Amino acid sequence: MKITVIIPAYNEEKNIEGVIKGVKRIMKRVETVVVNDGSSDRTEEKALRAGATVVNHVFNMGYGVALQTGYKYALRRGADFIVQMDGDGQHRPEDLPGLLKPVVKGKVDLAIGSRFLGRCSYKIPLVRRLGMRLFGKFASVITKRKVTDPTSGFQAMNRKVLEFFTKDHYPVDYPDADVLILLYLQGFKTVEVPVTMEANVEGKSMHHGILKPMYYIFKMTLSIFMTFIRDKIIEQ
Amino acid sequence: MTQKQTVFSLIVGFVIFFFVLNLIRKRKLREEYSWLWFLMAIIVFILISWYGLLEKISTLIGARVVTSALFIFAILFLIALSIQFSVEISELSRKVKNLSQELSIQKAKKRKSRKK
Repeated sequence: MKITVIIPAYNEEKNIEGVIKGVKRIMKRVETVVVNDGSSDRTEEKALRAGATVVNHVFNMGYGVALQTGYKYALRRGADFIVQMDGDGQHRPEDLPGLLKPVVKGKVDLAIGSRFLGRCSYKIPLVRRLGMRLFGKFASVITKRKVTDPTSGFQAMNRKVLEFFTKDHYPVDYPDADVLILLYLQGFKTVEVPVTMEANVEGKSMHHGILKPMYYIFKMTLSIFMTFIRDKIIEQ
Repeated sequence: MTQKQTVFSLIVGFVIFFFVLNLIRKRKLREEYSWLWFLMAIIVFILISWYGLLEKISTLIGARVVTSALFIFAILFLIALSIQFSVEISELSRKVKNLSQELSIQKAKKRKSRKK
């Protein structure tokens, strides 16, 4: 059974070493793959020093593309299961076994770490919180199952989902609630698992500023709508 | 349409037509991206040589003068062109993404095999 941990990282020289060492401490026999998304700092050097495999992007392409590169790499390396976690120290390696458990046991295809079922040690900005709630509701209604944390990037999945995510229909531009809906419509089983999320050291977020959260809300609404009608068309 | 307007439109149509043709000849523009430009040039020729059609179209869309109708069609053409560019850019972005990912993976695999 081969497990790969994928960590997308962009300018994470301060945190990446700790994250990799944490993963290795908790799970000894996993391959840790850091997808260095065109960092301008020493992320690559630090990740290599901590014993990770580093896949370097030539230039910065964003979180979703970095994740997909990790999926593609893991698939080619023959991974049976993968876990994706952030490189900023937000996700705790201690939660890895619990997240993997339902997937490895074959109960579900994808497990999502939810900070709202577990514990969140920091205050989430208002716009982001509203977005989470709105798209969580959307996803809950469509998937007929309570989704508390649609934006969580802490996930474990089996090879079936991994294969699905390497295709072009994977939304590389902010993969979020739209992915959960896409998986549901394709017949994959998902579950939320309680995890603890820490505030990242730098305190930065993908959705900071004013324009980015607004674009995020627009993109997610459109993407969910498209995911829904695309699948309906296929069904017909 | 006055004679001056006809001559001017004809010159514009010809210039665009031959300019696009020359760009393709020099391989600066690929055939697949040229069809919208040719279509525009052909429409300009048709409307100049068939003034009655231009008048009918103007009446149909509620334009009081034929020049307004021409402006509307010019704007519509630019919109169509922008959409075509957006589609092409999306497709190119997808290809660049896949290509970069492939390059990154191959480099990582090479480094791994060298370590062994």
